[in-house]
Amino acid sequence: MSDTIEVDGKQLAVDEEGYLADLNDWVPAVADVMAKQDNLELSEEHWDIINFLREYYEEYQIAPAVRVLTKAVGKKLGKEKGNSKYLYSLFPYGPAKQACRFAGLPKPTGCV
Amino acid sequence: MSETVKQFLYLNRKAPYGTIYAWEALEVVLIGAAFDQDVGVMFLDDGVYQLVKGQDPREIGMKNFSPTFRTLGDYEVGRIYVDGESLAARGLTREDLVEIAWEDPETEEEVDNIVEVVDRTRARALMDEADVVFSF
Repeated sequence: MSDTIEVDGKQLAVDEEGYLADLNDWVPAVADVMAKQDNLELSEEHWDIINFLREYYEEYQIAPAVRVLTKAVGKKLGKEKGNSKYLYSLFPYGPAKQACRFAGLPKPTGCV
Repeated sequence: MSETVKQFLYLNRKAPYGTIYAWEALEVVLIGAAFDQDVGVMFLDDGVYQLVKGQDPREIGMKNFSPTFRTLGDYEVGRIYVDGESLAARGLTREDLVEIAWEDPETEEEVDNIVEVVDRTRARALMDEADVVFSF
């Protein structure tokens, strides 16, 4: 994986696993570019989760582990969305890991 | 879970910044919580400063991770203790500390704040009861 990604003509640094090096570099286009690399097209449902993760990070300063994410999504966006089947259907590489990457957050704490 | 659930107790004894202990301990707690054990966290000595509200370490180039303690409940850490003597010795009261909410995973009963100030006798008893004690 390259150490930068190109977003809106700018080179943004990423770590060896593709997570943004600097959280402050994030713009929504980052998620679109990363999704394209993963052969995904972002829908409104994807954005619900990405935005949710960014709010969660803003409030708690960490990217939640998948178990915590699932529960929190269920609370915030409705029970039908707070299950791993739904979240994996949106983010096949793991809802916490992949969605956090799209959201410009670090790799989730507690992902083992 | 068919395996035996063990009681874990993490002791946080150091100030939040200046050493990496506080942050590392928090990460260990969060990672360990994924293993469905019975996890408790106790703050004592300078460790009580970790829970103080309104921290702003930007000037020293550190990330303010005190909001992260409020997720402990989400990670199903159901027991948070603060040593009352350590608080008093530093001129702090429970009103100076962040509140940590918790929801019982079985009954979905919500508790607004699980931070419990304990005396030394109880602190000792808690350490005795724990199967595993980690000190940071």
